[in-house]
Amino acid sequence: MAEEVKLYGMWASPYSRRVELALKLKGIPYEYIEEDLFNKSPSLLKYNPVHKKIPVLVHNGKPIAESLVILEYIDETWKNNPILPRDSHERAMARFWARFIDEKILPSVRKANNCEGKEREVVMEEVCEQMKILEKELNGKDFFGGDSIRFVDIVGNVLALWFQVAQELHGIEVCTPENFPVFEALTIKESEWEKAVEEACKQLKMLGSQLKRES
Amino acid sequence: MAEEVVLLDFWPSMFGVRVRIVLVEKGIEYEYREEDLRNKSSLLLQMNPVHKQIPVLIQNGKPVCESSIIVQYIDEVWHDKAPLLPSDPYQRAQARFWVDFIDKKLYNPSRRIWSTKGEELEAAKKEFIEVLKVLEEQLKDKPFFGGETFGYVDVCLIGYYCWFYAYETFGNFSIEAECPQIIAWAKRCTQKESVSKSLPDGKKVFGFVQELRKKFVVD
Repeated sequence: MAEEVKLYGMWASPYSRRVELALKLKGIPYEYIEEDLFNKSPSLLKYNPVHKKIPVLVHNGKPIAESLVILEYIDETWKNNPILPRDSHERAMARFWARFIDEKILPSVRKANNCEGKEREVVMEEVCEQMKILEKELNGKDFFGGDSIRFVDIVGNVLALWFQVAQELHGIEVCTPENFPVFEALTIKESEWEKAVEEACKQLKMLGSQLKRES
Repeated sequence: MAEEVVLLDFWPSMFGVRVRIVLVEKGIEYEYREEDLRNKSSLLLQMNPVHKQIPVLIQNGKPVCESSIIVQYIDEVWHDKAPLLPSDPYQRAQARFWVDFIDKKLYNPSRRIWSTKGEELEAAKKEFIEVLKVLEEQLKDKPFFGGETFGYVDVCLIGYYCWFYAYETFGNFSIEAECPQIIAWAKRCTQKESVSKSLPDGKKVFGFVQELRKKFVVD
């Protein structure tokens, strides 16, 4: 059966990146369509009428939206290199930590990027507290997934990238790889992965420099 | 399966309701423990140290937190009876998408309906109804969001129904007038034993919210 996989994404979006990482990890060929978020394509609006956001995965013409939902769909459809654990309790924990990253840490990081001075310091402290919690969960393992990259690692990868940008943009030293070995895990190296991560880092740095020039 | 299942919960919680419904659907025996959220038990703090929130399901000493995660967990472990999620991956993705939509879009305006006044209240009502209308469109003429049978999305939405009376009273509006299909769906759900057993009485919830308002809103 000829499989048709399309991904509507945006190069700087960590949510879009996640889906690409999962597709690459599973060796799934896909067509990537770059969206201009200021001029969204009719296809995007058709495939995600509710949120009108990327990423959207379209598999044989059927659309799936929301990055965590897409990741689970990919894992259930292509069974090689599993992303989620088999054990039900471990799956529940993986979902829990993914939500923690998305609902607590990422909004705090976004807040930090959007404010200044004393306010930013306070928010960054909050972020560090949250990172400490995540760190505790990692507990000396190489990856959240244990011996290899799994769900939480893919979801959390964005943090390593955002912190690099935060450091370049704002010189924020509080959260550094030295303070948080979790970054080692999140900036993982593995054949396919490394290329994807390097590219994402490069592009996020570009975004960072762009924002620096504009501010 | 002789297992020790404990649910840490708070009776008016629309999130706790989700778990209660599923436990009845699956015929699982469990111990219900009511939490006083102003004085959280050491068990709750130990089992959910990150968020310190209910509901928490504890099975043989191992905790599962976050209501929609708990529901999926129960559905996977007790998969032989009353499956809630579809077996097809695409249908599953759609169900997860809609629960994510409910979680992201409904709670915030619903909270503002009972805790704000004036312009803020009007904005909250508008947003709340808009979200329900999107859900109503998704329901179309199906008996349940899951299709012919009660499913994951139904479980995750119905908990709000027992708060409707409170919203309507404090917001001074009729949800049925705006979203008749949602009310029809909700009534259909309450015909099910698992829902009628698990959903607290709307007037009781109203009384609870009335007490809460004394802290948040000057009437």
